[in-house]
Amino acid sequence: MAGVMTYSNNTALALELLTAAGLMGQEVKALSINNEQQAQELKDAGASVYEVTGEYSAADTNMVAEILKQAAAALGVDIILLSSDRRGKELSGRLAQKLNAGCLTDIKAIQVNGTEIECERNALGGAAIAVQSIKSTKQVLAISPKVFKQAEPAGDGSINNYAVEETISAVSVKEIIPKSTDSVDIADADVLIAVGCGVQTKYNLPAVEAIAQSLGGLVGCSKPVATDWKWFSEERIIGLSGKICSPDAALILGVSGQVQFAVGVRGARVLISINSDENAPINSMADYYMVADLNDVLPQLKDAMS
Amino acid sequence: MIVPYLGGNDEKREAVLKGVRELMKIVVAMKQIPDLQQIRIRDRKPILDGVPLTFGKIDKNALEAAVQIKEAVNGEVVVVSVGNEELEDTIKEALAADADSSVMLIEDDIEKMDSAQTAKVLAELIKQVERYDLVIFGEGSGDNYSGQMGSRVAEILGLPQAGYVTSIEIDGIAAIVKRSLEDQEEILEVKLPAVISVAADLNEPRIPSVSKVLKAGKKPKEIFNLDDLDIEVCEALVATSSSLAPASNRKGIELKSVSELVEVLKSEASGGN
Repeated sequence: MAGVMTYSNNTALALELLTAAGLMGQEVKALSINNEQQAQELKDAGASVYEVTGEYSAADTNMVAEILKQAAAALGVDIILLSSDRRGKELSGRLAQKLNAGCLTDIKAIQVNGTEIECERNALGGAAIAVQSIKSTKQVLAISPKVFKQAEPAGDGSINNYAVEETISAVSVKEIIPKSTDSVDIADADVLIAVGCGVQTKYNLPAVEAIAQSLGGLVGCSKPVATDWKWFSEERIIGLSGKICSPDAALILGVSGQVQFAVGVRGARVLISINSDENAPINSMADYYMVADLNDVLPQLKDAMS
Repeated sequence: MIVPYLGGNDEKREAVLKGVRELMKIVVAMKQIPDLQQIRIRDRKPILDGVPLTFGKIDKNALEAAVQIKEAVNGEVVVVSVGNEELEDTIKEALAADADSSVMLIEDDIEKMDSAQTAKVLAELIKQVERYDLVIFGEGSGDNYSGQMGSRVAEILGLPQAGYVTSIEIDGIAAIVKRSLEDQEEILEVKLPAVISVAADLNEPRIPSVSKVLKAGKKPKEIFNLDDLDIEVCEALVATSSSLAPASNRKGIELKSVSELVEVLKSEASGGN
C-alpha cells in the first residue's frame, strides 16, 4: 500500500499534518528539511521522520518542490500533505504540477471513505462550501492551519537521514525581515468582538476594548478596518483573506456581513450583531441582532457591562 | 532604486547591451469570475445566472503592479486570460487600466476546467507572447482562491517563482521582490524571466478614465481556441461532489434594547469569564 508523506517548514503545522495523516489508514512518513529540532519533535510524536540536510533554500519554491518530488518517489508515497499557510500553498501548486497530481488547498475538513479522500474548502469567495476529491493517483492536499490538533507525544518514532540530488537555484535571499507579530491570535478566541466600518470612529475603540475585556474576549476586525483605516494589524482581519475563527460567541459590531467576512465567523456557536442597517445581510446570519447606531450603543453597553 | 532593465533572456540581453531599444514585456494572467457581490443563494444553491463576469480584485492588483513596472522601466503589458465568449468584453477592463494588448483563449464551458487543466492552457497562451520577461499572477482568484495557478504555470514554463509579493523592482536581469509570509518578509532576487504572484492589496488599482475605457476596445488582441493551440487537455484531476452554501440554523432574534443585549451577552457570551 502506498503511503502518506507530510511536510511543513512550520513545526506546529507539521504536527497538525501528522494528525491528519493518521486518518488515511496508510503508513505515514514525515519529511523535514534542514530542521533538526523539527525532526526531533516529529519523532517524539511517533513519526517515521526522513530528514534532508543540505544547501537548500526554503525561499526557492522550485527547489523545495523538487526535494519533495524526489522524496515521494523514493519513499513510495502517493499522498502528500502540506500546510496551507503561505509557504505551503505556494509549494503545493509547484509540487502538484511536477507530479501531475491533483491538488486542493485551504482544506477545512477531511472525510476518508475507503480510498477516497473527501475534502471541504470554500468556493465562490466563501459563498459556498465545496466537497471535492482528487482523482489522480498522486494527490497533494494542503490543509488549513488549526483544522487538526497537533499530534501528541507517542512512542515508536524514528529519524532517518535522506539524501536528495542538489538543484541550482534561480532565487536568492538578500534579506529576511521578521514581522512584529501580535502576541494574541484571534483564531483562538473564546469570545470574539469584530469591529467593522459601522463603528465609524476611532473614538469608539476604548469602549469596544472595555466591552471585550468584560467578556474576556479578543478584538478582531473586518478587512477594510485594518487595510484601509489601519486601526489594527492585518493579523486581526477576520474572513477569507484573514483568520477563520470558531469562537463560542461572536459579537459583530457594524459589519454588513458580506460573504468574505462571514466565512470567518461562520463557525461561532452564537452570533450576536449590532448594525444600523436593518437590511444588512449580517442580521439574517445572527442568532441575535440589534438595529442601532453604534455611537449610541457602545457607551451604554460599556457602562452596563462594567 | 530602479536599475535599467537589461533583458530577461540571453537573446534580449545581447540586444540591449548592443544598444537596441528593447521593451520589457510583462504578462499578467487574469481570471474571468462572476461578480461575487451579486451572487444570491436560493435553497443553499449559489445562483450564477445573470451574474455579470469581471476580473477579481487581486487580479486587478496584479495588473496594477505590472503597469507600474512598465511605467518605471519602459515596457509593455500583455493581459492573458481564458474564458467564455464574454471575455472580449471583460478584458476591456484590463485594457482600459493601461494594459497594452491582450491574448485570449475563448471556449464555452471553460470555467469547468480544474487547476491543472487551466494551468496547461494558460501556459500555452503565455508561450504565444514572444520574449516575455515577467509573468504576474494574483495570489489567488477571487472565487476559488486556490492559489495554484502561478506555481503550476511556473513549473510548466520552467521558471523561478516568488509568491505573496508586496513589492517588485527591476534590477538589470533580475527582479528584486519582497515576499510577505505570516511571520517574516523576505527580500529575494529572482532571475528573469520569472513568475511572480502578488499579495492582495499591494497597491490601489487605477480607475480608468472614460476616454481610456472608450479606447480599450481598439487595443491589439489575439484570440485563440483550443484547436488553434493544438493542446490536449488532460482529464480533470479534481471532482466536485457538491458546492452549497453552508446550512444556517441561526435563531434570528431581534433585540430591541441595550438591556436585552446585555442579558444575551451575559448568558451567551461569558466564555472568557
